[in-house]
Amino acid sequence: MALHSAQKGKLISVIGDEDTCVGFLLGGIGEINKNRHPNFMVVDKNTAVSEIEECFKKFVKRDDIDIILINQNVAEIIRHVIDSHNAPIPAVLEIPSKDHPYDASKDSILRRAKGMFNADDLI
Amino acid sequence: MSSKDRLPIFPSRGAQMLMKGRLKGAQKGHSLLKKKADALQMRFRMILNKIIETKTLMGEVMKEASFSLAEAKFATGDFNQVVLQNVTKAQIKIRTKKDNVAGVTLPVFEWYQDGTDTYEFAGLARGGQQLAKLKKNYQSAVKLLVELASLQTSFVTLDEVIKITNRRVNAIEHVIIPRIERTLQYIISELDELEREEFYRLKKIQDKKKVIKAFKEKERLAMIEAGILRESQAQNLLDEGDEDILF
Repeated sequence: MALHSAQKGKLISVIGDEDTCVGFLLGGIGEINKNRHPNFMVVDKNTAVSEIEECFKKFVKRDDIDIILINQNVAEIIRHVIDSHNAPIPAVLEIPSKDHPYDASKDSILRRAKGMFNADDLI
Repeated sequence: MSSKDRLPIFPSRGAQMLMKGRLKGAQKGHSLLKKKADALQMRFRMILNKIIETKTLMGEVMKEASFSLAEAKFATGDFNQVVLQNVTKAQIKIRTKKDNVAGVTLPVFEWYQDGTDTYEFAGLARGGQQLAKLKKNYQSAVKLLVELASLQTSFVTLDEVIKITNRRVNAIEHVIIPRIERTLQYIISELDELEREEFYRLKKIQDKKKVIKAFKEKERLAMIEAGILRESQAQNLLDEGDEDILF
């Protein structure tokens, strides 16, 4: 499985609210593998934090996933897990969701970048 | 001096040559590493600027994509569950390529289309146009995000490598080179001391010999005076009878 997926193309996975997931699925990134595990996760207000954490960790562990897209409001909930993920692959990208505009100051990567350069460079 | 941090080495000419070679090597390594760090830093700043640019662009693209989703929903009715349930195979996939900056491999993601559209018939009844626009918008968002992902991955990797390189540069500059220089200093001072000692010793020997010679001369004169020895006896000009002196 590992070798097989290494030669083949990798996937993009999504963790986010229903609309974000639907949008990206229509964009054509969704896949359900042989074990019926999808590469996306729909988060609504009833989803437990531990469930999101679990799912994120699962995606990080899967070797056929190279990029994880995550809604920023969801990322905010499991910030500690995301901050502890230091490896370059899979890349974790925070994206704005429909009802939460993008806030650059909350992004893990941009926050790290800000530590190195002064704030005027970033605007 | 001796209690200071230096390499444990016996002070000799050979060791001095060795240390000189090492000092040269360390300086060369330092300048090379410095160059590498500079090259990485340059690339790093470039990537950082691009990331910020792309992130802002992403905000707009995502806004547009969300808006078209709302539009499509208005035209077609709610299709969320249909889409979520009908997932099969990914249409857009990612390939990884390697980029090399000053000996550091950076992964670069590249998207490619694989297979046909799963939702070909979605919106066949109504709202087909809106759905097509929606798909297009989200696909361009995905492309942008893939680009952003490779930038971000490069950012993380470079950050790590730059830290390591800077650490090495500083270690050579502030620890290794001073240590070698101290060792060299020590060897030189030790060799100088040996030389002074040797010089003093030779001087001392010369003095001793002079004293002995003067004493013998006095003795001889006394013997001549007493008539035991005659002045003209066997005075060979060539053989003065003195011992070899070094200076």
